[in-house]
Amino acid sequence: MSATEVRSLSTNPLKSSQPLGAAYAFLGIEGAMPLLHGSQGCTAFALVLFVRHFKETIPIQTTAMNEISTVLGGADHLEEAIVNIRTRANPKLIGVCTTALVETRGEDFAADIASIVDRRADVLGDCRVVLAETPDFRGSIEEGWSAAVTAMIDALTQPAVRRDPERLVILAPSHFTVGDIEVMRQTAELFGFVPVVLPDISGSLDGTVPDRWIPSAYGGTTVADIETLGAACHCIAIGEHMRRPAEALKRETGLAYTLLPTLTGLAAADRFVALLARLSGRPVPASIRRRRSQLQDAMLDGHFHFGGRKMAIAAEPDLLYQMASFFAEMGAETSVAIASTPDSAILEAVPAEVVVGDLGDLEQRAVGADLLVSHAHGRQASERLGIPLFRVGFPIFDRLGAQHRRSALYEGTRDLIFEVANTLIAADHHHPTPESLDPLRNRETLHDSRPSPEPRRH
Amino acid sequence: MSLKARIASVFDEPACPTNREKSETTRRKGCSKPLTPGAAAGGCAFDGAKIVLQPVTDVAHLIHGPLACEGNSWDNRHSASSGSDLWRRSFTTDLSELDIVMGNGEKKLFKAIRTIVERHDPPAIFVYSTCVAALIGDDIAAVCKRAGERFGRPVVPVEAPGFAGSKNLGNRLAGQTLLDHVIGTIEPDDVTPYDVNILGEYNLLGEFWFVKPLLEELGIRLRAVIPGDARYRDIATAHRAKANMMVCSSALINLARGMQERWGIPYFEGSFYGIADTSAAIRDICRLLVEGGASADLLDRADALIAREEAIAWQRIEPLKPRLAGKRVLLNTGGVKSWSMVDALQEAGMEVIRTSIKKSTEEDKARALAALKDEKHLFDRLPPREIYRMLADGEADIMLSGSRTQFIALKAKTPWLDVNQERHHPYAGYEGFVELLKRIDLAVNSPVFPALRAPAPWDETGRLLEGTDTPAEVTHSFRKFADGVLEDADDC
Repeated sequence: MSATEVRSLSTNPLKSSQPLGAAYAFLGIEGAMPLLHGSQGCTAFALVLFVRHFKETIPIQTTAMNEISTVLGGADHLEEAIVNIRTRANPKLIGVCTTALVETRGEDFAADIASIVDRRADVLGDCRVVLAETPDFRGSIEEGWSAAVTAMIDALTQPAVRRDPERLVILAPSHFTVGDIEVMRQTAELFGFVPVVLPDISGSLDGTVPDRWIPSAYGGTTVADIETLGAACHCIAIGEHMRRPAEALKRETGLAYTLLPTLTGLAAADRFVALLARLSGRPVPASIRRRRSQLQDAMLDGHFHFGGRKMAIAAEPDLLYQMASFFAEMGAETSVAIASTPDSAILEAVPAEVVVGDLGDLEQRAVGADLLVSHAHGRQASERLGIPLFRVGFPIFDRLGAQHRRSALYEGTRDLIFEVANTLIAADHHHPTPESLDPLRNRETLHDSRPSPEPRRH
Repeated sequence: MSLKARIASVFDEPACPTNREKSETTRRKGCSKPLTPGAAAGGCAFDGAKIVLQPVTDVAHLIHGPLACEGNSWDNRHSASSGSDLWRRSFTTDLSELDIVMGNGEKKLFKAIRTIVERHDPPAIFVYSTCVAALIGDDIAAVCKRAGERFGRPVVPVEAPGFAGSKNLGNRLAGQTLLDHVIGTIEPDDVTPYDVNILGEYNLLGEFWFVKPLLEELGIRLRAVIPGDARYRDIATAHRAKANMMVCSSALINLARGMQERWGIPYFEGSFYGIADTSAAIRDICRLLVEGGASADLLDRADALIAREEAIAWQRIEPLKPRLAGKRVLLNTGGVKSWSMVDALQEAGMEVIRTSIKKSTEEDKARALAALKDEKHLFDRLPPREIYRMLADGEADIMLSGSRTQFIALKAKTPWLDVNQERHHPYAGYEGFVELLKRIDLAVNSPVFPALRAPAPWDETGRLLEGTDTPAEVTHSFRKFADGVLEDADDC
């Protein structure tokens, strides 16, 4: 992995901001309202990106910092926002996400919020206020997501007084879709567990029609569940960025955790399932074994399309690891690996040379690759390079159904194999020509760098 | 000539070594093996005829019959065209029950031909008979003749209804059709002593384009490649070539011999698969041309080109050798490939453990034996269960075969590569062979197979196996808290 290089220009950013990641995590809590502490624009841009991705109304608010409050301090705006939100939307939780504006100014937000909660207890009632410090001059979605989950555990979770052998805490990573969470939950339930997923966007951002107007997040992890997280038999954290909240939970309640870096791929899914079997003491149910066998067949049918392919990935660190290790398992090479942020320990484990950069780097380095793998903004590079784009992560605003696409466990990996292979098949519009196959061309380059023609399936 | 007489004539093939070895009585029976109901695999005569003729690119191929014949089989081959894509379009009369009962077939066929002429204006139309059309007695030849006169272009009847026999019979009937209706119908004005035809080359995935520039560099002109990337006019003028190379003997041997009889064109059988075979084929083409009056220095130039191309190919193969060394190959293709690939695979460092000699001639078998030294490495047919057992037991590292046996290998979690007609990569010529080795490398070294062969961490009943790697903390947490009692939380 190359060291973080100092650069003065980011071309076509790969990152989304840290407060957006934090707000995203709060959206997975039932009755929550994310509140970005910053100027109106901070919220508006995040809101628009969420709406484009999810095609849903997204509850998210702003403290609307102005020139005067920026100079004199934002505590008043924070208080006004919290009180107004409480009065108008009646949320169960307000998730304050700080932005670069207020963090640069520098205030004691924790003390301010404690004082607000104390002073306005009559208005707030049972509405909880959680602070995630997430300046956008640092980190990206994963860091923001991780910070928000850690903040919730720190603020809400109470020391455990009992352990429920059927309760299992699963800390979900930011790149898990509604579909991933559903399949993960169902798998745990097959072992008799009652899983508490945190955050749980499968209840809140799964595109249901609730038949009444609800101004805050609906569905998701409940505040009561977060308070009693410690009353579980074990915690499974998925993705390196969930180590921090898992550690916080262990610190608060003594609950031990297992960190699984990914659930994508046969071996990773096996690890998760074996862990559930070990924790529950139950055998692996036939239905899960059946799905494992289906994945094996998908790997057999799919490997023809992966072998020797060069993949160029640009993504958040844990998602980058997930995709690169998946490709390695399928026989494809990750020729370009761009991470959005430098600090994650998982980058050391990515089976490729990782560069921290942006989509401009992707475009520059991906020449000759067979597939670009990134979020929807990768489309510009895709158009200019003439290489198909496989969309992963956030945001995906130019395709429908992003929240239901799966990549976790046996069925998710199976889906992923088919989707990637189909993308490669669909991209094969270069029929062979006499020129493309002429053995006398490029004679000076003996080591044949010509990509093999895409297998055509009829 | 009746269909029956035509079938008898295409099977009485004096150029066929198998046929030559037969006694007079067995020869009269033809070589059509009776198909066993309930145990037959493989295509019908219509299928065979269409396979041979369909890659002719600028011709409209019209199938006269009910839907299944064309509707279930169209656009299923991977020949490449450097010009028209008309050949890939599917045209059928889609005979209905009413058409059949009322005898409207011929009228419908004529109208279909007219529609094709109006919409696509092709230089020629091939009309294929099918079982139902033949059964109800539609006179396709007459309709074609009439349509040809009316629309001012060749409309060629291809009479190979499915029930007539096997795919191979269909191949030959197609060759006969070309002899009867197409070849020699246009007189070219640009004949040279360097004109050759390649018969039975399908230009799958454009693979012949790996070879064509090499022949052209020697000054050889390809009059017609039949059928790969052929245009109607190429075939119609093919009788003026000075030599024929026959690539797939069992399919088009009657065409090669017919052209020799009618126009005195010498032919040889060769293959562009493998390095040695490609070189031999180039030498044989040049030899026939020189015998036919081309300048003798062609042979020297061919040798120089062959030396150059072989050196480049081996240079490209060199980096692959360590990855292929010692890999054990089960070759399950038959025919010419029973031996033609063996040498080259061995040269690249692989070990061919067994090769199939189904559909191989006596000569093929002798050459396979020479390459593999011992009879026990040759087999005629292996039942799928036996192939599965061999592969599952790890007796081979990869199977090279046709797509019919693909899933035997894959379900045995063994690498497999398609080397038959339905494959997806071009393997002809020197560069094609390098491509083949690259594909073998990708398949045989794919990490998917060890991952799939690793056992699940549980047994058949789903019970976790002893020694399953679980993080230490898990067992700790489980032991401590599984009973639901919190003893000393602060201890963790």
